[in-house]
Amino acid sequence: MSVLVDKNTKVICQGLTGKQGMFHTEQAIAYGTKMVAGVTPGKGGQQQLGLGIFNTVEDAVKETGATATVIYVPAPFCKDAIFEAVDAGIELIIAITEGIPVQDMLEANIAVRQSGARLIGPNCPGIITPGECKIGIMPGDIHKAGKIGIVSRSGTLTYEAVNQTTIIGYGQSTCIGIGGDPLPGTSFIDCLELFENDGQTEAILMVGEIGGTAEEAAADYIRDYVSKPVAAYIAGVTAPKGKRMGHAGAIIAGGKGSAKEKFEALETAGVTITDSPAQMGEAVKSLFVDQAKSA
Amino acid sequence: MNLHEYQAKQLFAEYNMPVPKNVVIKHRNDVAAALVKLDCDRWVVKAQVHAGGRGKAGGVKIVSDRDAVADAVNELLGSQLVTYQTDQHGQPVSSVLIEAPCEIDRELYLGMVVDRGLGKIVVMASTEGGMEIEKVANETPDKILKTAIDPLVGLQPYQCRKLAFGLGLSPAQVKQFSVLLSGLSRLFQDKDLSLVEINPLVVTASGDLLCLDGKINIDDNALYRHAELKALHDPSQEDERELKAKEWDLNYIALSGEIACMVNGAGLAMATMDLIKLHGGNPANFLDVGGTATKERVIEAFKIILSDSNVKGILVNIFGGIVRCDLIAEGIIGAVEEVHVSVPVVVRLQGNQAEKGFELLNGSKLKVTAVKNLEDAAKQIIGLIGEAA
Repeated sequence: MSVLVDKNTKVICQGLTGKQGMFHTEQAIAYGTKMVAGVTPGKGGQQQLGLGIFNTVEDAVKETGATATVIYVPAPFCKDAIFEAVDAGIELIIAITEGIPVQDMLEANIAVRQSGARLIGPNCPGIITPGECKIGIMPGDIHKAGKIGIVSRSGTLTYEAVNQTTIIGYGQSTCIGIGGDPLPGTSFIDCLELFENDGQTEAILMVGEIGGTAEEAAADYIRDYVSKPVAAYIAGVTAPKGKRMGHAGAIIAGGKGSAKEKFEALETAGVTITDSPAQMGEAVKSLFVDQAKSA
Repeated sequence: MNLHEYQAKQLFAEYNMPVPKNVVIKHRNDVAAALVKLDCDRWVVKAQVHAGGRGKAGGVKIVSDRDAVADAVNELLGSQLVTYQTDQHGQPVSSVLIEAPCEIDRELYLGMVVDRGLGKIVVMASTEGGMEIEKVANETPDKILKTAIDPLVGLQPYQCRKLAFGLGLSPAQVKQFSVLLSGLSRLFQDKDLSLVEINPLVVTASGDLLCLDGKINIDDNALYRHAELKALHDPSQEDERELKAKEWDLNYIALSGEIACMVNGAGLAMATMDLIKLHGGNPANFLDVGGTATKERVIEAFKIILSDSNVKGILVNIFGGIVRCDLIAEGIIGAVEEVHVSVPVVVRLQGNQAEKGFELLNGSKLKVTAVKNLEDAAKQIIGLIGEAA
């Protein structure tokens, strides 16, 4: 088992004929992801990478039975792409695109929630169930099927976490990059709930960063609802106040969102924290040692 | 993107929000013409910089004769204003706002922001105007009234009334407040603002509401659809190196330490800074070279890093996912040769084509230490700086 995606998940790509869409769809197919179609308005009827291109998401879904979509369209058109996916009945929408206006996301998130669909991202690396399904821009080869569920707001820092859990031999059940924007479609809490209920996941690694209070909310949730062991790292201890650290959501503003507060909240909730990004694998390892001791 | 007070007030006026009569000037010679437009017996002269705390720092002057206006303008224009929110060099004053004064009865606070937890735009109002709102929020949170706006239907009249009555306004003022706040909320949504603050929003002696100050922050991601707002950008208020970095699509933020870093990805860049600190060093900057690091951009990144004279060493941390480490290595070799790097450089490569990258770096005969492990990389650069000192 795994969460949200597996080897049977049928995926379409919105914006497949663009440079990014093309490159990453090719990689996804090579990884074994069940890519079934592409959508580019005006290019319906063409073929790319052996996949049919459709004018609308609705046509693509009707023809292929896809339940997931990955969005690479440029930021100004992304809200529209999300609405179109929702309207076509897609269950899982993964928006890789960076730079979507916040007010577009206010509206898109409402449409997604009302429909019962799930949005991952935007501004994220995507989701991967190692050995089965890779949707997004992460390098497939550093992953290994295993027992750690990883959830992260970052891109390359997620790869760092993945690599460390692969090196210690544990591997990953599923890795979800929820993205670095202020209004992500899927939260830490959503992912914690999924991992808690997933049979394959034995422990959870959470990688957060400065900005907002999502990690604090996650800490409360872990304390009350998560029985599996959780390790966490938060990036940005050295980040100055009021400066946006690359990600639109990574900013300490209005006296809120510092790494110190997040670490404290997580530690109080019983999470094993590490202050070194080089020790995330070791922190995960310690979860199992502690478990063995208490057993 | 931040706006100046005068730019915010121009937008307020466009949305039928009451602002004091004012004239903005950018040259000393324009004072006389400004005074013709502002026929009063006292004036408020305000330095325009992207920082709070101007009043206490001498950036706001109240004067009562025409010569004194000219003196105040002469003093402020072209100066650097240092406030508690700026660094020790302050912010350059390249424009000054001259305003008609008003008699103040009460000072209120009104602001709007995107609340990340709620996923909605939230209006905040308080009777504690003129103070730092974060302080009010910490010490007396019950003095901040809030209402969240449904993104699909917008601000409703009852929400305006609720806040206005909560502020203790009279029935006539409640009407004024409702007009003002509905203007503000349209402005927020039309122009893709991420924050707006009117602090203080005053009740004048004659009982009218007036926006005495204005702070606006616009969502950078939405600037593509607001050319008119993009034109209001004042580069003089930003760090020179940060501007230069933007030209090359590099994300750079200057800090005060001695170890420069260059990393691909914002999260990993922050993590690398933290790791330097954890091992006893201090990061000189945040620098995300992004997912498409080419040789040219790596060279530019090195130039920007080295324009900071505090830098005593450089740590490059690349996790090659899509980015190929061998291409990065070529860029680093090119940069070290072209820019004549004299400080120690430690390069950590991991992932895509890392082995090839190591071969290139080790075969280059440059003084570059290549390592695979992240922790080692931080320890090495700190050690090398210690040796050099």
